[in-house]
Amino acid sequence: MRRVSPLILAFVLVPFVIEAVWVFWPALQGFWLALTSWDGLSAPRFVGFGNFSDMVSDPIFRTALKNTAIWLVLFGGLSVIGGFGMALLLQRERRGVGIYRAALFTPVVFSLVVTALIWRVFYQPDGLVDTVFRTVGLGNFVRPWLADPDTALYAVIVPALWRQIGYVMVLYLAGLKAVDPALYEAAKVDGASAWQRTRYVTIPQLKGVNSVVLSVIVIDSLRSFDIVWSMTRGGPYHSSELLSTYMYSTAFQSTQLGYASALAVVIFVLALAVILGYLIRAFREES
Amino acid sequence: MIRRTGYHVAMSIVSFLWVAPILWVIVISFRSFDDVAANGLGSLPHSFTFSTYKSAWEDADEFRALINSLLVTIPAVLLSLGLASIAAYGLARYSIPFRRTILLLMLMGNLLPPQILLIPISRFVELIGYYDTLIALIAVHVGFGLGFYTFVLHGFMRDLPREIQEAATIDGAGPGRIYSSVILPLTRPALAALGALSFTWIFNDLLWSITVIRSGEKMPVTPALLGLQGLFVSSWNVIAAGTVIAAVPTVAVFLRFQKHFVGGLAIGAVK
Repeated sequence: MRRVSPLILAFVLVPFVIEAVWVFWPALQGFWLALTSWDGLSAPRFVGFGNFSDMVSDPIFRTALKNTAIWLVLFGGLSVIGGFGMALLLQRERRGVGIYRAALFTPVVFSLVVTALIWRVFYQPDGLVDTVFRTVGLGNFVRPWLADPDTALYAVIVPALWRQIGYVMVLYLAGLKAVDPALYEAAKVDGASAWQRTRYVTIPQLKGVNSVVLSVIVIDSLRSFDIVWSMTRGGPYHSSELLSTYMYSTAFQSTQLGYASALAVVIFVLALAVILGYLIRAFREES
Repeated sequence: MIRRTGYHVAMSIVSFLWVAPILWVIVISFRSFDDVAANGLGSLPHSFTFSTYKSAWEDADEFRALINSLLVTIPAVLLSLGLASIAAYGLARYSIPFRRTILLLMLMGNLLPPQILLIPISRFVELIGYYDTLIALIAVHVGFGLGFYTFVLHGFMRDLPREIQEAATIDGAGPGRIYSSVILPLTRPALAALGALSFTWIFNDLLWSITVIRSGEKMPVTPALLGLQGLFVSSWNVIAAGTVIAAVPTVAVFLRFQKHFVGGLAIGAVK
């Protein structure tokens, strides 16, 4: 290959250094701070793994961890099922399909704050949700959805799903488009039913998309912050707290910066397997 | 025939339910305060007014918030794509030592959960005297987004045929010239897709804004919308109007760049 000119080196190094300053260096500091106790005023004090052992006896941490797991299963699982189902229903180009796709996709362009406010209007006492429940005779179930510790988490998951399903659908639609139609023809000739074609042709062909969707969903779930913060701030009584919201309020409201960094490290460790999987796949494609 | 009708009826209902929350909020945004107070948020409208939009636009100063958003988003998109494209060009078209390691490190940076960066970044911008400035927000968005954009553009540039570059070299073009007049024009579809995507990502951001910006008059529109809730407690018609205003720019970008946008989302999926 050709000799590398100084200009090309600068082309690569300048962006790399910018990312190093704004991402790599702060990330290393973040890992270091996780081993300290720090109020932001005096110097950080090294405490080893003290923050992590504190977590074991921290009930809010356990709630946040449990809620993050629920979030991963419900938000992640349902958005994959919903998105894949919708993609199957809307994959064939025919009249009207464009409109249906656009309808499902519309919420994806909104910010999560906009999504949150749309649904807060919905959930208001005597708002549309309550009205609908009363109309169909379920008036007994009506409650302050976001202010009731039993329902708050689920009342936040619904809008998050509303926005995510269209996104997952688009990923699967792209994947389905890439499946060779000859495979379906062959299966049809062999007498496979529609269900069998989905099960034995479509799903195996989507292996690549599945792993991308899986990584995106896990990373998105662990990062989820905006929607919870805009709807409940993790309350009431931490009932909708996720690790990400707990980390934020620990850092910027109670300024326990060491403990908050340790919480961030927990989020990182949970995401690590997926990040590594993603990188290994990217690495293979490069070679 | 019956099956097809059934399909369209079912899908029309699903689609309608999907956009219903949006339509409902638009309807509420045009209702007067008295109407909402008398009939509740769940009732059909009995009034029509633009005063809600005036309140959101002027009293809550969403106009300024929108300007802030654009002041952050447009430079951040241009800078990230500019920097990512030169890095991708160098990595894809020249045998830089450790090129694969560099590329993967850059991608890895983007996959990190942002939580790990929040505290060090807020301290760092304070240290360099840029806390509570839009410049800090631009820098954060550029730094954090670079890895992903570089990775995608690298994949795109690598697949361009070798011959065009060789032909340009024979014609006496240097590396900078080849970048600007050969490679970049050929990368336009990928740049458009990433441009549309990154515009919405940066415009819609909440976490970084509330981490590096404090004063209300510097807040972009997405975090400002949360402040609106405190300002107009239980004036849900004004909050609805504010929500509609904040949603307009990304919807406009989406409608204008629809094909690129959906294509961009799918970039990762078909690899």
